Amino acid sequence: MVSFSSKLIRTLLVCGIALTVTSVDAQDRPPVDPAKVDALIDGMFTRVSPEWRARAVLDDTQRTCTDRRNQVSGAEAEAIQARERASVVLPPDGNFLGDWRKGFQVANNGRGFQFSDPAGTVAGGNCYACHQMSPKEVSFGTLGPSLAGYGRERNYDPELIRDAYIKIFNAQAAVACSNMPRFGSSKVLTIEQIKDVLAYLFDRQSPVNQP
Amino acid sequence: MNRMGRLIALVVAAATCAGLMGAMAQTQDESEREIERYRAMINDPMANPGYLAVDRGEVLWAQARGTKAVSLEACDLGEGPGKLEGAYAKLPRYFADADRVMDLEQRLLWCMEKIQGLDTADVIRRRFSGPGRASDMEDLVAFIANKSNGTPIQPQNAHPREREMTAMGEALFYRRAGVLDFSCATCHAEPGKRIRLQGLPDFSTPGKQAQETMGSWPTYRVSQSALRTMQHRLWDCFRQQRWPEPAYASDGLTALQMFLNVQAAGGEITVPSIKR
Ligand code: HEC
Ligand code: HEC
Repeated sequence: MVSFSSKLIRTLLVCGIALTVTSVDAQDRPPVDPAKVDALIDGMFTRVSPEWRARAVLDDTQRTCTDRRNQVSGAEAEAIQARERASVVLPPDGNFLGDWRKGFQVANNGRGFQFSDPAGTVAGGNCYACHQMSPKEVSFGTLGPSLAGYGRERNYDPELIRDAYIKIFNAQAAVACSNMPRFGSSKVLTIEQIKDVLAYLFDRQSPVNQP
Repeated sequence: MNRMGRLIALVVAAATCAGLMGAMAQTQDESEREIERYRAMINDPMANPGYLAVDRGEVLWAQARGTKAVSLEACDLGEGPGKLEGAYAKLPRYFADADRVMDLEQRLLWCMEKIQGLDTADVIRRRFSGPGRASDMEDLVAFIANKSNGTPIQPQNAHPREREMTAMGEALFYRRAGVLDFSCATCHAEPGKRIRLQGLPDFSTPGKQAQETMGSWPTYRVSQSALRTMQHRLWDCFRQQRWPEPAYASDGLTALQMFLNVQAAGGEITVPSIKR
C-alpha cells in the first residue's frame, strides 16, 4: 500500500514536470455585443451584496487586458504600466525586508476574498499556487516562473529588492497584463505582508535561498 | 478523508494526469495497471458511487410531484418529450417554448414549474447535496447525462441565439475581474500548467483536454463524497477566481458551458465519472 502510494505520487510529479509549455495562438472568433455580455454577468450576481458586485466591474487595466486578451500594443502596455506604477506605495520607513517566517505564511496561504471565506479571514498571497519557492517544497504551481534561490541568485542586491517589492505590490507596474495579481494596489496584502514575503525571497536564512 | 478515500483520490489524480500525458511511453508497471482498474471501476455500477445518484434520479424522473401531480416524463429535453437518449450530449441548446438557450439544470427547473407545477425554491435550496441532504438536481442530471454515454458532445449552433451564447461564453472566459484580476483563462489557457499539484486543463484550444473534461461531468467527487454537476464545478471555479458567487442555473453559466462544449466537440461522454 505504502510503496504503491509513493509510486502514484511519483507518477504525479513526473507528470507535472513532463507537461512543459507550448504556446498556442488565440483564435479569431466573431465579435459580441459588450452590453449583452455585461447584462449576462449582472444576471449572475443579482443576489450578491453591492460590495461583491463591485468586484465584477472591470477597472481600466482589466478592461484593456480583457479586450486584448493580454496581447497589448506597446502604447497600451506603457499606459497600463504608468498607471499601475502610480499606485505603488513604498514602505514609509524605507525598510523593505520584514520577517521571512511570517513571509512563508503569506506565500503559503491561499485564503481570502473567496465568497466562501468567513468575514475577517486574513488573506494570503498564495505565491506557492503559481511559483516554486523553497526547493524543499514539492507542492508548487507553475503558472509563474520558479523563484527558488531568488535572493541568492541576485546577490541580495538592494536595488533588486526594491524592484521585487514593486513587482509584488503591483505586478503590472513592470509587465502589463501579467497573470500575477496586483497584491498591494488591490489591497489584498498589506505593506507589512509584502515586506514579510519579500524577506522570504531575500533573507539569507530563508529556505528559498538554501540549496 | 479515510485512508481508502485518500488512495482513490490519488489514483484518480494519477489517472487524470496519465490521461493528459497522452501518447507518452506506456510502461506496464503497477500504477499503470491500477489506473486501468480505476477506469474499469468508473463503468462498474457496483464500484462507482455515482451510480447511486443515477438510480435516485431515475426514481425522481418518474415520480408524480407538484400541484399537477405528474412526473417529468413529458419534459422535452430537446429530443422530444421524455426522450432521454443522447439528449445531454446536445445541451445547452435553444428551446422555442421558453425562447431561451438552456442547460440541463435550467431546462429541468423549467419543466418542474411548467409541467409539474412544482415550487422549485426547495429544489434550488438543495442544489448541491451535503451530509444528510440529497439534491434532486444532482440526481436527475446524473440519471439523464448517463443516458448519453458513448455519445459524442454535439454543441448546438443552428439557432442564432445558440451562436450568440457561445460567443458570450467565450467573452466571459477571457474576462479579467475581481481583486486578483483572474479570468478563467488565467488558469485554463495554457497546456501543462498546474496550481500547486493540481493539473489545469487548457480550454483555450479545442481538443483532447476539453473533450476529456466535458465528457466526464457529472462526476462522483471522492474528496466531497458527492456527485457533482458542471454547475458545481463552475461555482467552485468562480470561488477560486475571487469573483462573486454566481446564481445557480444563471445564463452566464450556460454561456460558459456552450463555449466549453464547442472546445470539447466530439468528446465522448462517459458519466458519472470519478474524480479527486
Ligand atoms: C496567479 C499566479 C501568480 C501568483 C498567485 C503569484 N504570481 Fe508572481 N508571477 C506570476 C507570473 C505569471 C509571473 C511572470 C510574469 C510577470 O513577471 O509578471 C510572475 C512573476 C513574479 C516575479 C518576478 C520574477 C522574475 O522574473 O524576476 C516575482 C518576484 C513574483 N512573481 C513574486 C510573487 C510573490 C511573492 C507572490 C505571492 C505574494 C506571487 N508572485 C504570486 C504569477 C503569479
Ligand atoms: C485560480 C485558478 C482557476 C480559475 C481562475 C478557474 N479555474 Fe477552473 N479549475 C481550477 C482548478 C484548480 C481545477 C481542478 C483541477 C483538478 O481538480 O485537478 C479546475 C477545474 C475546472 C474544470 C473541471 C476540469 C476537469 O477535468 O474536471 C472546469 C470545466 C473548469 N475548471 C472551468 C473553469 C471556468 C469556466 C472558469 C472561469 C469561470 C475557471 N475554471 C476558472 C482552477 C481555476
